[in-house]
Amino acid sequence: MSRVLVGVKRVIDYAVKVRVKPDHSGVVTDGVKHSMNPFCEIAVEEAVKLKEKKLFKEVVAVSCGPAQATETIRTALAMGCDRGIHVEVTGKDYESLGPLQVSKIFAALAKKEEASLVILGKQAIDDDCNQTGQMTAALLDWPQGTFASEVEIEGDKVKVVREIDGGLETIKINMPAVVTADLRLNTPRYATLPNIMKAKKKKIANMKPADLGVDIVSRLEVLRVDEPPTRLAGVKVETVDDLVAKLKESGTI
Amino acid sequence: LLFPLSKLFHLQKSYGEQYMERFADEADVVIVGGGPAGLSAAIRLKQLANEQEKELRVCLVEKASQIGAHTLSGACLEPSALIELFPDWKERGAPLNTPVTEDLFSILTKKHRIPVPMLPGLPMNNHGNYIVRLGHFVRWLGEQAEELGVEIYPGYAAAEVLFHEDGSVKGIATNDVGIAKDGSPKDVFERGMELHAKVTLFGEGCHGHLAKQLYQRFNLRENCEPQTYAIGLKELWVIDEKKWRPGRIEHSVGWPLDRNTYGGSFLYHLNEGEPLVALGFVIGLDYTNPYLSPFREFQRWKHHPFIAKTLEGGDRIAYGARALNEGGYQSLPKVTFPGGMLIGCSPGFMNVPKIKGTHTAMKSGMLAAEAIFPKVTAEDPASETTGFHIPEYEENLKKSWIWKELYSVRNIRPSFHNYFGLYGGMLYTGVFYWIFRGKEPWTLKHAGLDSAQLKPAKECLPIEYPKPDGKLSFDLLSSVALSGTNHEGDQPPHLTLKDDSVPVARNLAIYDGPEQRFCPAGVYEYVPLETGEGMRLQINAQNCVHCKTCDIKDPSQNINWVVPEGSGGPAYNGM
Repeated sequence: MSRVLVGVKRVIDYAVKVRVKPDHSGVVTDGVKHSMNPFCEIAVEEAVKLKEKKLFKEVVAVSCGPAQATETIRTALAMGCDRGIHVEVTGKDYESLGPLQVSKIFAALAKKEEASLVILGKQAIDDDCNQTGQMTAALLDWPQGTFASEVEIEGDKVKVVREIDGGLETIKINMPAVVTADLRLNTPRYATLPNIMKAKKKKIANMKPADLGVDIVSRLEVLRVDEPPTRLAGVKVETVDDLVAKLKESGTI
Repeated sequence: LLFPLSKLFHLQKSYGEQYMERFADEADVVIVGGGPAGLSAAIRLKQLANEQEKELRVCLVEKASQIGAHTLSGACLEPSALIELFPDWKERGAPLNTPVTEDLFSILTKKHRIPVPMLPGLPMNNHGNYIVRLGHFVRWLGEQAEELGVEIYPGYAAAEVLFHEDGSVKGIATNDVGIAKDGSPKDVFERGMELHAKVTLFGEGCHGHLAKQLYQRFNLRENCEPQTYAIGLKELWVIDEKKWRPGRIEHSVGWPLDRNTYGGSFLYHLNEGEPLVALGFVIGLDYTNPYLSPFREFQRWKHHPFIAKTLEGGDRIAYGARALNEGGYQSLPKVTFPGGMLIGCSPGFMNVPKIKGTHTAMKSGMLAAEAIFPKVTAEDPASETTGFHIPEYEENLKKSWIWKELYSVRNIRPSFHNYFGLYGGMLYTGVFYWIFRGKEPWTLKHAGLDSAQLKPAKECLPIEYPKPDGKLSFDLLSSVALSGTNHEGDQPPHLTLKDDSVPVARNLAIYDGPEQRFCPAGVYEYVPLETGEGMRLQINAQNCVHCKTCDIKDPSQNINWVVPEGSGGPAYNGM
């Protein structure tokens, strides 16, 4: 019961206006402001809190991506993680990296690091897939507590309160387990400057997916990326009859 | 100054001594601001340290989330300082990809364009220069600095200057974070950190908020004129390839401004793969009509036939704004004081008629580094004060090409203050600069404080601006969205008012609320009170793009810009 693995993803900052590349192969990322995925920040905060409660000995932050992913790991280290693992994926491989490959990487690392708990954000704000946590659990054949708004360790089990459509669902799962963090789980702490400075001394191990025996060839091919159609201006009508006429005109009724 | 102190008192009262302590660290040199000046200073320090095999800890803090994210400029770079800093800049991959090939200058009328020949010798002649995306250039400087061993900390804002007991500067402290809108500490509250240094360099760019305090504290402005400023608004457009002329520079004066409002436009065709143009509008902040809206002047200028033909069929992909200094030689303050120095656009080395300040900012950083290095690495520092006072920096500035350059163009901007306005200024430039290179024995004065220039609204005519058409011209809010600006919502607004009653009582009553118009980000709005009659000033601090115009132009000088939590502000990419 000693180690927690936390996944952190470097994504385009949520306040930035995203632009589609002129060749429609993807979005412009070069020079664009990136930050840690907000749900990953919540995951890191939860993991660090659990360590501070002395329920775990070590928190390991993992990120898959190009060289800049180490900046995101550095932030996680500044928030309290003990060490980091950078799984290097670059260029075209990175562009086609998706939840299936990442969950294979996390599953391999969870086994290698003998983690008792894997905490991830529920989804990334760039692809909104909401798949990695669930796939990781399935590959490991571990129980999963997703959309967590509360996490409590009870001996060798985890009590997870899940946010579901109908309200809240409380489940108890055996460890080792995978948990994915939802918005209300906690409020992440700031990565302060002294902690960023200290984090420079913490270790980040570098490896490739092949070192973990993972094949990251994608089974998906992105054909084209387009902006959503521009929203047309609304039309104001004077009377109910006008409204009915316009609705008939547009074929809505 | 009032603002952070009041927070400290609150905490002290409620939470006791433990919250007062801040973690402190020591460096040899601390630099505030990761722009061309700060980074050039850092690089030069480390170059000297590596050459002479000496240890030197240089720490640089920058409020933007990444180096370059708060950088905004035209920009046309004169590579003189870069060549001195890195003779091998090309091999190192500095992003100077667009040599200037064509240089056009026009006087615009409502429908037409009068071309003005760009004779060699005129200050805005650009032969040998490069059109750059300054944000990318600054990012590259940051990478060079890190390779040399500079510790760069983006996302951390220097909020407070620290002083030794003898009054010399001890260093800076970053701001406390995790304070709620009402000033109370949240669960995630964290104290800022102190960075102490033998010398602290302040390179905050135009109208720095810490520099403001230093001017007062050390009386640095007692022998110079007040600084005078302009606001520059900029957009990036991807245009129709057929209209693209890589390397072409276009400047204009005249329409839509009247002859008594200083300002003009720029439109630069970049050469970096895509048909990208950088364009914008600069207006002197000594304008007198409170109904003037720099943003809307910029938007309507784009409809001029000569400009519109370049932009038609194109897409706007970025927007931003920043104040720039225009005071030049007459407005240069003292730049050294015990424990610190001012570098770059903060004291203000911009060559206004050349419309260039990056090369002089870089050079000032390099000169600062060269003056500091022997002192901070000496066995016996021989400094009277604990924080080093290094007047050699100022002496070397005065002997350098920065001084010569600024001196030679010193009369061009103030020559604008004559009955004929723009035309008088151009005539003066043509005669005295082009022929006499600024050697005339007199030095003209600026008009005074920009904030004092506004006339009361009743003495001025409101300006009828056309509605944005959504293709060439746009509304303010969609523009602000393109700057990527954002701030943590639950924090005290960083646009502070010295007196809460002044906006309605004075700014609105006398000047019709000019802050609604000069802010390029829609931060200020006069809205009706929820109950009863009257208006109140609403401050949408989250929109702020850190341009500093409000702090400069507020006729009541009631608005005090303080730095918000680090990482907040625009997310410019190569602006």
